[in-house]
Amino acid sequence: MTRKLMLGNEAVARGAFEAGVKVVSSYPGTPSTEITEAVALSYPSISAEWAVNEKVGLEVAIGASIAGGRAMSCMKHVGMNVAADPLFTVSYTGVNGGLVIVVADDPGMHSSQNEQDSRNYALAAKMPMLEPSDSQECKDYICKAFEISERFDTPVIVRLTTRIAHGRTPVNESEPLPVRLKPYIKSINKYVMMPGMAIKRHPVVEARMKGISENSADELLITEIIKSAKLGVITSGITYQYVMEALPEASVLKLGVVWPLNKDVIKGFASKMERVVILEELDPFLETQIKAMGIHCEGKSLFSLTGEYSVPEIRSVLSNVGDPVKGIEVSGLDTALGRPPVMCAGCSHKGIFMALSRLKATVTGDIGCYTLGALSPYDSMDACVCMGASVGMAHGFDKATDHALSANTVAVIGDSTFLHSGITSLINSVYNKSNSTIIILDNSITGMTGHQQNPGTGIDIYGSPASSVNLPALCEAVGVKSIRIVDPADIDVTQAVISDEMSRDGVSVIIAVRPCALIPQGKGESKAIVDHDKCIKCKVCLKSMCPAMSEGPSGEILIDLTQCNGCSLCEKLCRFGAIKMGKPEGIR
Amino acid sequence: MIMRSSLNIVIAGVGGQGTLVAGKLFGTLALRTGADVKVSEVHGMSQRGGSVVTYVKMGEKIYSPVIEKGGADFVLAFEEIEALRYAGFLKKNGKMIVNEKRIEPVTIRISKGKYPDDIVSRLSSSTLEGTEIISVDADRLASEAGNQRSVNMVMAGILSKFTDIEESEWFASIDEIFPGKLREINRNAFLMGRNI
Repeated sequence: MTRKLMLGNEAVARGAFEAGVKVVSSYPGTPSTEITEAVALSYPSISAEWAVNEKVGLEVAIGASIAGGRAMSCMKHVGMNVAADPLFTVSYTGVNGGLVIVVADDPGMHSSQNEQDSRNYALAAKMPMLEPSDSQECKDYICKAFEISERFDTPVIVRLTTRIAHGRTPVNESEPLPVRLKPYIKSINKYVMMPGMAIKRHPVVEARMKGISENSADELLITEIIKSAKLGVITSGITYQYVMEALPEASVLKLGVVWPLNKDVIKGFASKMERVVILEELDPFLETQIKAMGIHCEGKSLFSLTGEYSVPEIRSVLSNVGDPVKGIEVSGLDTALGRPPVMCAGCSHKGIFMALSRLKATVTGDIGCYTLGALSPYDSMDACVCMGASVGMAHGFDKATDHALSANTVAVIGDSTFLHSGITSLINSVYNKSNSTIIILDNSITGMTGHQQNPGTGIDIYGSPASSVNLPALCEAVGVKSIRIVDPADIDVTQAVISDEMSRDGVSVIIAVRPCALIPQGKGESKAIVDHDKCIKCKVCLKSMCPAMSEGPSGEILIDLTQCNGCSLCEKLCRFGAIKMGKPEGIR
Repeated sequence: MIMRSSLNIVIAGVGGQGTLVAGKLFGTLALRTGADVKVSEVHGMSQRGGSVVTYVKMGEKIYSPVIEKGGADFVLAFEEIEALRYAGFLKKNGKMIVNEKRIEPVTIRISKGKYPDDIVSRLSSSTLEGTEIISVDADRLASEAGNQRSVNMVMAGILSKFTDIEESEWFASIDEIFPGKLREINRNAFLMGRNI
């Protein structure tokens, strides 16, 4: 047996391997991305793929399950909203091969646009949900989830949070089960959800959930740690770890299956305690259910509905021992400057947002690195809601104002985001006679989640050549009349084209093509070199906010050649020819 | 000498500086020496040149993966402003290893401010009880060892001096996390720090 340090996400992948999974189809999303990457990298017995979006990913997994293979689809919390349509109905069909959906929530919003609690999906879609509290449990619970899925004929959700997904803890590896296909048996009553069939499936679903809730504590992965009767804490996931550290005297009921709940086990624990507190980040999910069982308990009256919990916070609310770790006061040292994420040196989005800033355009935005265009110094984004929303919002601006704003409004959307859910909106805009302009920021990669391939890059998850979507042809095919292609580093041309297209009637698409500076094809062959004799220190080049550029003690422009990725934007910005692209000695 | 039985390390830096790999090294090492260990990382958006922090906790049994203020035996700061930001995490008698590297945050350029030039001296003259501030130009040492990207191993090498973990265990951990051709360069960088 090998013991290894694994990310929670890597342990989920290992669990899928050990459970004999055949198919994994996912769309990247922090903090879930590394699961599917690890599957593709380490377990060739599994067919892994990047789906075009989460809905498609889940549908692929559903098909694989009905065909008889064990299948998994992984997504971040907001991805589950995209996948919600198949999610609710696959609850009715049930499975053939086991089907597990992994969802990674992000309390504290380390890298997300909202803080939704996906446990509500388990309740609403009527399927079991498991919640591991470290990497070992990530692996074990995935195996258990497949077992539950096949035994009770149900899809199963495994929920992670950022601290679990991105925490490395030791994992004991076990021998994998062989990949086995269950025989496929045609059954329209089970798999074709029309009213006549679905109406018979709903009672089956309700009976199934009741059956699961009546399982033993062992089967439901419930651990009871009885210490003092003064305080009993009911908890799960990462919060369990905080509780164990903060409250060594408290009794703890740790729930591995967080939905459905076994009433008898919870009542039994509560009856032994003088005080019961439910500790859970985000929504009062367990608290509401446990209160509905008629159990007197506290929860959100003591703890926040927002953000992550912490050991000191739990200790200060529930322990009269006080804080044993006394933080040292650091006087005068609390003035550290903020360091928000920034567009990288050579980032292809800089030129676009400098141009939009100059044009003072109203910009409907989307999800990706380019959302940083909303911040200073660009200040060029007015709204950002969800994947693909930029295109529909630009059309909405146009319709609400009877075209009055459309001459100065533009949508920006990345290549991966456009394929994920922008294309449907583009079809809508064309069909509904929009006057809108859409810029597709084609940097040839899914950037923000850490460089995953997508159907536009011509490479699949294994790094093998794949078919590549022809974006101009696609836009033309849906009826876009004006399609322009620009290099965003060529800022003056880009600005003129945007201005031109915004004032044009109908739907225009501008495709800004330049690969992400952090992937091999995005690195320029040369570096930007300053000619200090020609430089008049006007600092216009610094407006690009390139991290490789800075100002020396006497106002001279400095370019860190180890950081420069050779995009040439600064060369284009200089009116005095003081920056030239070249190949300096000794710098790679 | 700080014993390996229980060790909390905060690794702070700027996205892209290799702090995640440093965390992986300590985690691998802890596992080799039979300790329980948790390494908490941050991925995603903040990696884009933002402030990043990794927590490493090792000991007999670790529950929470997060280190709280006043809870770190070591703070490894890969950049000066990040040293300032995470100084409050140091325990009494803790040690901070600061890389003398200045990466100007855009907030300074936007506000037309200046990068503070007295961070190391402010840290050294601070009122932290029994704490020690060790400042080095780890980028230079890494370059001398053959690759500027192995700053993380230089920093780890400096930390290693304060533990009772055998050098061979450190080397074995380096070999475990790097592929063949990168092992020697990273071992050299580690030694640069260890022999400082």
